[in-house]
Amino acid sequence: MKAFLILEDGTVFTGIHIGAPKEVISEIVFNTSMAGYPEVLTDPSYAGQAVCMTYPLIGNYGVCKEDMESKKAWPDGFIVRELSRIPSNFRKDLTIQEFLLDQGIPGIAGIDTRALTKILREKGTMNGMITSDEHYDLKAILPKLKAYTTGKVVEKVTCSHKYEIKGVKALADNGPLSGSARFDPDAYALGRREMRPSLVKKLNGAGKRVALLDFGAKDNIAVSLTRRGCDVTVYPAFARAQEIIAGGYDGIMLSNGPGDPKECGSIIGEIKKLYDTDIPIFAICLGHQLMALATGADTFKMKYGHRGGNHPVKDLATGRVYISSQNHGYVVDMDKLNPLVAKPAFVNVNDGTNEGLSYIGKPVFTVQFHPEACPGPQDSGYLFDRFIEMMEVGKEEKNA
Amino acid sequence: MPKNPNVKRVMVIGSGPIVIGQAAEFDYAGTQACRSLKEEGVEVILVNSNPATIMTDKNIADKVYIEPLTVKVLEQIIEKEKPDSILPTLGGQAGLNLGMELEESGFLASHRVKLLGTTAATIKKAEDRQEFKDTMEKIGEPCAASKVVETVEDGVAFTSAIGYPVVLRPAYTLGGSGGGIAHNQEELESILENGLRLSRVGQVLVERCIAGWKEIEYEVMRDSAGNCITVCNMENIDPVGVHTGDSIVVAPSQTLGDKEYQMLRTSALNIISELEITGGCNVQFALHPTSFEYCVIEVNPRVSRSSALASKATGYPIAKVAAKIALGYTLDEIKNAITGKTYASFEPALDYCVVKLPRLPFDKFITAKRTLTTQMKATGEVMSICDNFEGALMKAIRSLEQHVDCLLSYDFSGLNLEELQERLKIVDDQRIYVIAEALRKGMDYDTIHEITMIDHWFIDKLALLVEMEKRLQQEPLTVELLKEAKRMEFPDQVIGRLTGIPEEKIRKMRYDNDIVAAYKMVDTCAAEFEASTPYYYSVYGSENEAEETNPPKKVLVLGSGPIRIGQGIEFDYCSVHATWAFAKAGYETIIINNNPETVSTDFDIADKLYFEPLTPEDVESIVRLEKPDGAVVQFGGQTAIKLTESLMKMGVPILGTKAEDVDAAEDRELFDRILEETGIPRAAGGTVYTAKEAKEVANRLGYPVLVRPSYVLGGQGMQIAISDAEIEEFMEIINRIAQDHPILVDKYLQGKEIEVDAVCDGTDILIPGIMEHIERTGVHSGDSISVYPAPTISKGVKEKIGEYTRRLARALHVKGLINIQFIAIGEEVYVIEVNPRSSRTVPYISKVTGIPIVDLATEVIIGKTIRELGYQPGLQPEADYFAVKMPVFSFEKIRGAEISLGPEMKSTGECLGIAKTFQEALYKAFLGAGVDLPKHKQMIITVKDADKGEAVEIGRRFEKLGYTIYATRSTADALHEAGVKARKVNKISQESPTVMDLILGHRIDLVIDTPTQGRDKSRDGFLIRRTSIETGVNCITAMDTARALVTSLENANDQFTLIDIASI
Repeated sequence: MKAFLILEDGTVFTGIHIGAPKEVISEIVFNTSMAGYPEVLTDPSYAGQAVCMTYPLIGNYGVCKEDMESKKAWPDGFIVRELSRIPSNFRKDLTIQEFLLDQGIPGIAGIDTRALTKILREKGTMNGMITSDEHYDLKAILPKLKAYTTGKVVEKVTCSHKYEIKGVKALADNGPLSGSARFDPDAYALGRREMRPSLVKKLNGAGKRVALLDFGAKDNIAVSLTRRGCDVTVYPAFARAQEIIAGGYDGIMLSNGPGDPKECGSIIGEIKKLYDTDIPIFAICLGHQLMALATGADTFKMKYGHRGGNHPVKDLATGRVYISSQNHGYVVDMDKLNPLVAKPAFVNVNDGTNEGLSYIGKPVFTVQFHPEACPGPQDSGYLFDRFIEMMEVGKEEKNA
Repeated sequence: MPKNPNVKRVMVIGSGPIVIGQAAEFDYAGTQACRSLKEEGVEVILVNSNPATIMTDKNIADKVYIEPLTVKVLEQIIEKEKPDSILPTLGGQAGLNLGMELEESGFLASHRVKLLGTTAATIKKAEDRQEFKDTMEKIGEPCAASKVVETVEDGVAFTSAIGYPVVLRPAYTLGGSGGGIAHNQEELESILENGLRLSRVGQVLVERCIAGWKEIEYEVMRDSAGNCITVCNMENIDPVGVHTGDSIVVAPSQTLGDKEYQMLRTSALNIISELEITGGCNVQFALHPTSFEYCVIEVNPRVSRSSALASKATGYPIAKVAAKIALGYTLDEIKNAITGKTYASFEPALDYCVVKLPRLPFDKFITAKRTLTTQMKATGEVMSICDNFEGALMKAIRSLEQHVDCLLSYDFSGLNLEELQERLKIVDDQRIYVIAEALRKGMDYDTIHEITMIDHWFIDKLALLVEMEKRLQQEPLTVELLKEAKRMEFPDQVIGRLTGIPEEKIRKMRYDNDIVAAYKMVDTCAAEFEASTPYYYSVYGSENEAEETNPPKKVLVLGSGPIRIGQGIEFDYCSVHATWAFAKAGYETIIINNNPETVSTDFDIADKLYFEPLTPEDVESIVRLEKPDGAVVQFGGQTAIKLTESLMKMGVPILGTKAEDVDAAEDRELFDRILEETGIPRAAGGTVYTAKEAKEVANRLGYPVLVRPSYVLGGQGMQIAISDAEIEEFMEIINRIAQDHPILVDKYLQGKEIEVDAVCDGTDILIPGIMEHIERTGVHSGDSISVYPAPTISKGVKEKIGEYTRRLARALHVKGLINIQFIAIGEEVYVIEVNPRSSRTVPYISKVTGIPIVDLATEVIIGKTIRELGYQPGLQPEADYFAVKMPVFSFEKIRGAEISLGPEMKSTGECLGIAKTFQEALYKAFLGAGVDLPKHKQMIITVKDADKGEAVEIGRRFEKLGYTIYATRSTADALHEAGVKARKVNKISQESPTVMDLILGHRIDLVIDTPTQGRDKSRDGFLIRRTSIETGVNCITAMDTARALVTSLENANDQFTLIDIASI
C-alpha cells in the first residue's frame, strides 16, 4: 500500500505504508544512529514525534524485547528508507514489521530519507503527516500541520505510581561481564537467551538509595544504578518534592523525557525545592533542562536538535572528549546562565552548545546527553560512578 | 594540546614494493600524512624503495630517498639528514618493523631521534603475541585459547590439549603469510614449520579455531590526551577463517544489534586505551553468532589496509588525522575537512552501505588454488557505495573487471542440489555465485548457513537478487519492474540478457521514464551538517544532490580500478598527476574510480570524485550529469582505454591521442601499414582467431612463436609456443576468457629488450631516457630488471630508437604519452609493441630523470608544445648515475602458482636501486626486493640444456664468492667439465637426500632453476621452485637475472651512496 509523508512546508514524499494502519500528525525528527532502532522506538523521549532513521537499512536484526527501553514504543510514526525482509539475530523475538503493528505505530518506507533529513536540517524540525489516503487534500492538511503542537507529553509517558527496584547484591547477578558470555546450547534450546553483558565491575552503589523522577525515563538509567548496587525508587513525574525529601534518599536522579521543558511548570517548581535541599542530584536530558529552568536559566528550541550516537562532548573538568548518545530538541541557553548558580561542565565539540552543568555550592550536576547509552556509546557511563561518589561524600558529611 | 614545537624534521618510512598484503593503501596513507605534516610546516624526509608511488614525489616530501628499506640504509639516511623524529606507523608492517628494529638497537636514542606517534613499548604490546595476550587478560578482554610456540613439538603438545582444529598465525608477518588452519597433526606440522621460519622472531601463535564466527572490525583513533573514537565498524560477510583482505566486507555492520555493536566498540576503546596507542589502530573481533561471546583476534597499531577502506567508506581521513595526532594535536583540535564545521573527534554516521570485494589473482595464476584461507591472496580491492546492500554488491561485482556483472556470471547451473551442497563447502572467490545457484535451486537458508556460516541476512540479500533475476526472466518488463531492478543496480546489459530485450531499448525505456542514477554525497554525518566536499556515489530512486557546475573547462579523468598484476599503482600515479596538471591549467577535474586503496580516490585530489564502477553505463550516467568538455583515457591503464569507444558514442571528446590512433597501434593490419610507411622493422607475424589459423601462421614463421591476445595489459595470456600442441593448449586458455579481439602470433626474436616512454605534441617528441632490460626478450617487461640509462647498447642503436620513436609517435598522431618496446639484436632494432598511452614505467622514468612526463603530457594535451614547456625535443641527456628497477613478486602467498618468468607478467610491484655505479644500483635494487645475500653461501643450480654454458660462467663467479654449489646430475656434469666444483644431488624421485631435502634443510641461499622451453610440465622443476619460494629461499628462473645477481654480489658494499630524488 502506498503511503505519503506530507510536511508542513508542502513537501510530499511517496513511499509504502508500514506498521499500523492509521494516519498520524506529528513533529518529524531524524536520528543518525546506525544501530539501535528498538531502543529508539522505545525511548519515551520520542513521544509526540515521528522518527526518521537516517541509516537506510532498518530491521536487520529484528526486535529483541529485552532491548526495549520502556514498556512500549512511543513515537507517533516511523520513517525509513528500507525495512529488512527478514530479521537475523539469535536474540530476536519478533520482526520489526510485527513490532510496529503490535505497538500500533504507523510508518512509511521507501522514501529518500536523506532528502528528508536535508530538509529538516535546512528548514528546521517541522510537523508532518503520514497517511495512506491517496486523495489527500494538501489545502486542508497544511493548516492542520501548522497548527499541531506536541503538547504536554510528560504526563503521557511517566509512570502512574511509585515503585522500587532493588540493587543487585552481587556482581554476578548482573550476568556475565561484557564479552565473557559463554554460549549455553541447552539454555538456548529452551528459548533462554544470554543476558545482555554488563560493563559494571564494582558494586560501589551498594547500600545507597536513590529516588528517580520518571519524566519518561529509559530503563537503562535505573539499570545503570541498580547494577552498581543502588536501590532505586521510581517516582511519577508529578510527585511532590516534600514526599521525596521525606523518603531520606542518598541521591535524586532526574530522568530524560519528551517535549518542551517549559511546559513542565509545576514540575520545575518541585525541582527547585529539591535543589534547595543538600541531597545530591544527577540529571539527564529533560531533567537537566528542568533543573536549569528551576534555577533561573533559560532553554530554547534548537533548529533540528541532536539525535544520534556520534556526538562528541567535552568534559570541561578534564578536557577529555567522549562520544555520546543524544536525543534532544531543546537546549540550555548558555548566554543566560547565571555564573553564580552554575557553570558549564560539558560542551558539544561540534556546535558549542551546552551539554552539562555543574551547580556552584551544590552537590548537583546535570548532563544533556545520555550516559545510560542504549542506544549509543557507553563512554560516559562513568558519570553514574561520579554520582555515587557524590552520594558517598554526602553521606559522610551527614554522618560527620 | 597544541602541536609539539620540538618536531621540525620528520622521517617517514614508506612500505616499499607492492606485494600481496601491502599494497597501494600505504601510498594513499603516506601521501596524505606527508601532506598533512607539510601543512604544519614540518620538514619531511621520505624513504621508500617503491618508485611507482605518489609519496616519493618531490612535491610531497622535502627530501626523497628511493632506497632499499633496510636498517643499514635507514641508519645512513638518519646520519645524513639528522631528523629529530621518525614516523613508522604509516608504512604498513614493513615500515613498523623497521622502526622497531631501529628503536630496539638503540640507534634512535643514540642519535636523539624520537619515534612519533605510538611508542615502541605499545607496538611491542600489540604485536608480540604473548605480550598482547597478557595485556588482554589484564583488562579482561577475551582472546581465543592460544599459546605462542617456538618449536613444532610445543605446538603439537599444546594442540593435543585444546583439540583440533587450530589456527596458526606467525608473529610479525604481513598479510598473514605462513598462517593457516590445521585440522590434524600432519597439517599442523607442515604449516607450523613454515610459519616459524617466516616469522621475524620465530614465533607462531597456535590458537583455538573460531572459524565460522562473525568477523567484525573497528577502526579506532586515539590522541595523546586519551580521547578515543571509532571511525567505523565493518562486518565480514565471510566468517572467521578467511583473511579480511580476501573477505567480502560491508560497512557498517549489518547484523549486529546495538548491544553487540556497543559491546565491541567499548572493547575496542578499552584495548586502544590500555595499549596507549596514539594514532590509528584496527581491532579485529570474532563474535559468536548465537551469543555475546567474543574474542579479540588481532590489533594493528598502525594505519592499515582496513583503515584505508574505512577512510574511503566514511570520508574520515584517518592517515591525515593520525599524522596530526603524532605532532601533538588532540582530536577536538583537528577540523573535519569534509564538513569544515565539525571536528575530528566525532564518529562518522553513514547513511549508506559500503561493500568491498577483493580482487584475486586467479585469472593470472590459473594453476593456483582458489581457496581462501587466513593467508591473504588478493592483490587489490574494489569498494562500492549505495543506499541498499543489493545495489552496493552489484556495483562492486562489476567494478572488479573480471568479466563478471551479476550473480550469474559464474555458471553452476550444471550442479544439482547435492553437488551444490558439496561445492558450498569449498571456500573460494566464487562462493557467493554458488550460493546464488543454490538459492535458484531452492536450497533453504538454514542449509546454506550451516555449511558456510554466512549470516541469514546476507543470504536473504543474495536471494533478493536471485528473485529479481527470475522476475526479469519471466515477467514482462514494466516500468515498475525496471525501477526495482535498477534500484538493485542491475546493469542494463544484464537486464537485457535476462529479458531478451536489446540493451539499447532498455536504456531508452529508462530515459523515457526518467529512471536515471542520482548521486548522493559522502559527508561523514548522514546529512546532519552541511558538507562541501563533492564525494559522490550513485543510487536509483532518489533525489540527485550532485550540484551541477558550469566552469569554463571541465575534464573527466578515468581511474584504473582495482590493483591487479599488470595494472598497478603506476596508473594511479599517472591519473593523479594528470588531475593536478589539469587543475593547474584551470580545468574543473572529475575523477571516476572504485579503488579504496588509492590516492586518486582521496576526497581532495579532484574537484569532484565519483566512487563508481568503470563500465560504460556507469560512466555514461555521470557524463549525462556533468557534461564534461573532454575525457582523458591515456592515464588510467587498460581500464580507461577500454572506455574510449563508449565515451565517443556519448559525445565526449577524447583529449590527447585519438581513439582511432590507439586502435591503429593495437590493430595488426593498421599497425603493419604504419610500420611499412615509416620503414620500421618488426618480427613477422599474423592475426588469428582459431587454433587452426594459429598453427598455420606458426608453421609459416617457424617455431618458437609468441602467442598473445590483443587489448590486454601485463601480457595476460601471452605465451611462447614451441610446437603445434602448445599452440592448441594456449589458444584454448586464451579463448576461455571472453575474447572479442583477435589473437596475435609473432615470430619470437631473442635479443635485448629496450623500452621508452615519450611525450609527443603532434610534431616534436621528448624522450626522457632509454631503459634497457636485463632479461632477454621472452620475459615480460614488467617482470624484467630495467636499467636507466641503457648500459650496453651502442650510440647508434640509441639514435635509431630515438628516431623510430619519433616516427611512430608522429605516424600515430600521438598527443600525450607513448610507450614503445623494442628488441635490439646487434645494431638492428625491431619494434615489439606500441602503446599510445601511459605505461608502468612512467613514474620510474619521471623520477630518475627528474622530467615530470605526466604533467608535460597533460600540458601537451591541453595544447602546449614541448618547446613552449621549456624542453628541447628529442632524447634527453643521460644522467650521471644508474637507476635499476627491480620487479617484486608475491609468489609465496599464492599456493600452486608457477613462478618461472615468461611473457605473462607475474610481479605485483617493484623497487628501485639508484647509485653512481651500475653495480651498486643493481645491488641496492636486489636488496630493496628483499634479496639480502649471502647468508649460508650454499646454492643449487639446475638448468635446462640450452643454459648449461651460461650456468658454468655464473657458477664460476658464485664459486669465487665462496659459494658451495649443489646441482642436479646433468648440470653438475656440465659444471665439473668446465672445472667448477659442484656437489651432485639427487632428483626428487630418487633416494634421499634429494634436492628437496636440501631446500627444506634451510641452509640454501639461492636456487637457479630454468624451466625447459615453453611451459615446464615436469613436476620436479615446479616442485623445486614452489618449495624454494614457500621456504623463503630466493629462486631465479632466468639466466640473465642470475648473472645480474652475481654481479651485484661481487660489488656488495655496506656503505651506500644516497641520492635525494627531490634534488634531481
